[in-house]
Amino acid sequence: MAFLEVEDLHAGYGPVEVLHGISFEVEEGQTVALLGANGAGKTTTLRCIHGMVKPRGRVALGGEEICGRGTDKIVAMGVAHVPEGRGTFPTLSVDENLRLGAYARKNGGNLESTMRRVFDLFPRLEERRTQQAGTLSGGEQQMLAIGRALMLKPRLMLLDEPSLGLAPVVTREMFGALRRIRDEEGLTMFVVEQNANLVLEFAHAAYVMETGTIALSGDAESVKNDENMRKAYLGY
Amino acid sequence: MERFLETIIDGIAVGSIYGALALALVLIYRSTGIVNFAQGEMAMFATFIAWALTEAGIPIGLAVLITIAFALVAGMIIERVLIRPVEGGQELTLVVVTLGLFIFINGMATWIWGPQNRGFPRLLPNDRISVLGLDTTWEAVLLVVVLLGVAGVLFLIFNKTKIGLAMRAAAANPDASRIVGVPVGRMLMLGWGLAAAVGAIAGVLIAPRLFLDVNLMGAVMIYAFASATLGGFDSAFGAIVGGWIIGIAEAIAGGYIDFIGQDLKILVPLIIILTVLLVRPQGLFGSPAVARV
Repeated sequence: MAFLEVEDLHAGYGPVEVLHGISFEVEEGQTVALLGANGAGKTTTLRCIHGMVKPRGRVALGGEEICGRGTDKIVAMGVAHVPEGRGTFPTLSVDENLRLGAYARKNGGNLESTMRRVFDLFPRLEERRTQQAGTLSGGEQQMLAIGRALMLKPRLMLLDEPSLGLAPVVTREMFGALRRIRDEEGLTMFVVEQNANLVLEFAHAAYVMETGTIALSGDAESVKNDENMRKAYLGY
Repeated sequence: MERFLETIIDGIAVGSIYGALALALVLIYRSTGIVNFAQGEMAMFATFIAWALTEAGIPIGLAVLITIAFALVAGMIIERVLIRPVEGGQELTLVVVTLGLFIFINGMATWIWGPQNRGFPRLLPNDRISVLGLDTTWEAVLLVVVLLGVAGVLFLIFNKTKIGLAMRAAAANPDASRIVGVPVGRMLMLGWGLAAAVGAIAGVLIAPRLFLDVNLMGAVMIYAFASATLGGFDSAFGAIVGGWIIGIAEAIAGGYIDFIGQDLKILVPLIIILTVLLVRPQGLFGSPAVARV
């Protein structure tokens, strides 16, 4: 049994169905990428897992059905979400942003030690600790969003287009940090990306979406070498 | 000169009550973006509860504590039942809902307690004391202390506790708050509950100075609105300072400007509201609305 199981997921906004029954799974400790063009339904899929869109179908985390539960319940089960466009609190300080990440944390544990770990991964956040998040650069805000997600001590981290709008050097730095988190903590990750080249280097397995269905799936290597995939997304 | 300073002290004392009500308005405005026109009636109803409890033989101190707890719960219920369904809707809808609530609570209170005046027991001692050589009352001093105490408690809740941080987050950015697992709805409920509790404190403080009846808060709310407008609707600090300024202006105008006197002093807050809206719409300490270009 996989850690995250999604089966026959349907969802939409009003009368428009965006997901037409997709299924996929993520093994514990694995990083799985979800690829696809704009409007394929990637973000909607993430929002379904996180309870922000109410889907039909089955979503199970560690064997427990979570489909239909509220976001606060799902977060409390250890599912952290780094949303598209960061979604930080611009008027609150970096420190407060991070503390909010631990709001729903069940294993009370030591908040300070988790924060030390975040500052160890992203030293620049420590320098800016008392600054308003709105004054941070785009790259720093993305790091803050990831750091905030880590404050939950999550079992599963959902990332929505983490490279969006970042300079290549910042993107590399960020994926370096994500790699460290995965290697040192064995955190399970589910990453939505448009930058297929980048994420296929990083993920173990990948699913490719096309207008609300899964068009292709497999381990990262095979997806990367798939003829149609290369033509459609990688451009060679 | 002495009489003038004593007038100012009296103004600050009454202004502290206006400040407390303005603080309640600011609490709701900051968390839900609504100007709660029913704030005064909620406070009036709570004051009647306190009165009914004292009539039943409960000591005034305990009665007030029970009333504050009642107001906290009632405020949360009002948010959940009446405000939540229209939350995020058009401003006009929200205004009409709070106006409806105003009429409903006023009608309920008239139905339960009738339209007549009642005396409300004094919560604070009214003995005369001398502060820095000026003649005043214990009540005046304690009103200021109570307001600062309420403001201090709110400051600690919002800045030093996890739930206060979550409330600020829910007000500033509801979507991001949901993502980190903050139950936004419950935070807004709590905001209304706190505002109702602060309003109840203002109600039991002002009732002994006036007579308790269902229109207790009618005029007082105009002063509170003036205080919040002057201080800035999104500034807690502004609400307090605004309350004091309005209180002082009222006392001076009533005592020193002959043609205003006691009868026309209701004009003072109205003129201040008008002037602030014309000259500095965001108030003294509010943040101006910034439109993206």
